[in-house]
Amino acid sequence: MNNNLLFDFTVDKITKMVFINREFAAELPLVWDAFTKPEILDQWVAPKPWLSKTKYMNFKVGGRRFYAMVSPEGQERWSIQEYTSITPKTNFKMYNAFADKDENPELPGSEWEYNFSEQNGITKVSIIIKNESLARMEKMIEMGFVEGFKMTIDNLEKLLTTLSKK
Amino acid sequence: MRRDVFQAIADPTRRAIITLIALQAMTPNALAEHFDTTRQAVSKHLRVLTECELVKQEHQGREIYYKLEIEKMKEIDKWVNQFRKIWEIRFNQLDSVLSTIKKNKK
Repeated sequence: MNNNLLFDFTVDKITKMVFINREFAAELPLVWDAFTKPEILDQWVAPKPWLSKTKYMNFKVGGRRFYAMVSPEGQERWSIQEYTSITPKTNFKMYNAFADKDENPELPGSEWEYNFSEQNGITKVSIIIKNESLARMEKMIEMGFVEGFKMTIDNLEKLLTTLSKK
Repeated sequence: MRRDVFQAIADPTRRAIITLIALQAMTPNALAEHFDTTRQAVSKHLRVLTECELVKQEHQGREIYYKLEIEKMKEIDKWVNQFRKIWEIRFNQLDSVLSTIKKNKK
């Protein structure tokens, strides 16, 4: 998708923080829902061909989302998100940790903060991720996303080859 | 045990060593002065860093100096780009989810 919407991504290796800003061509309430309702979240958070599967989600302070990223082979990588602060349609914070299938967290995790704002029908989302360690950040990738990405590229290449043969 | 740039930076003492030798090559003794741990502990970290190919030994007279391999540190940047890419894919997926929802509403 080619558009003029803002996307920036910076990593501060000293403070081990990741800053992500992205604009979306939609009004704030819809974007807010896309980040806070499991049925919409599951449609986009897993880079294809991985799938996101939310076992349960209780979006309130002290509540949790327990979910898995499912690989194309059916392998499940579980995580827990615990909501620590919510200001509807403005901001929410959570603590994210990898977990096993029985919901036992693997600590330490990372702290996430989301901020939402809208101007002229364009909604900006700012995300700050604070990690205990760079190694923890690396693990986020290890959890299969890279393979997922490579596979997406492979699929695309295959598709392009098939198309160009016609 | 895995030996790569991420293993190298996984430990706080090793990160401190990296910060110190990034400025100038140093001997294990000079490095040890900056830490409360033993000289042996510092040597152990230097060995891990050497195995991760993040530092290199340089002999100057009777002394061994450790210096940082800047090129190796760049691997971390490569990794950062992969991380960025994942978010790019995710958000592109969200773009299409949002436009589908908007269309269905109309």
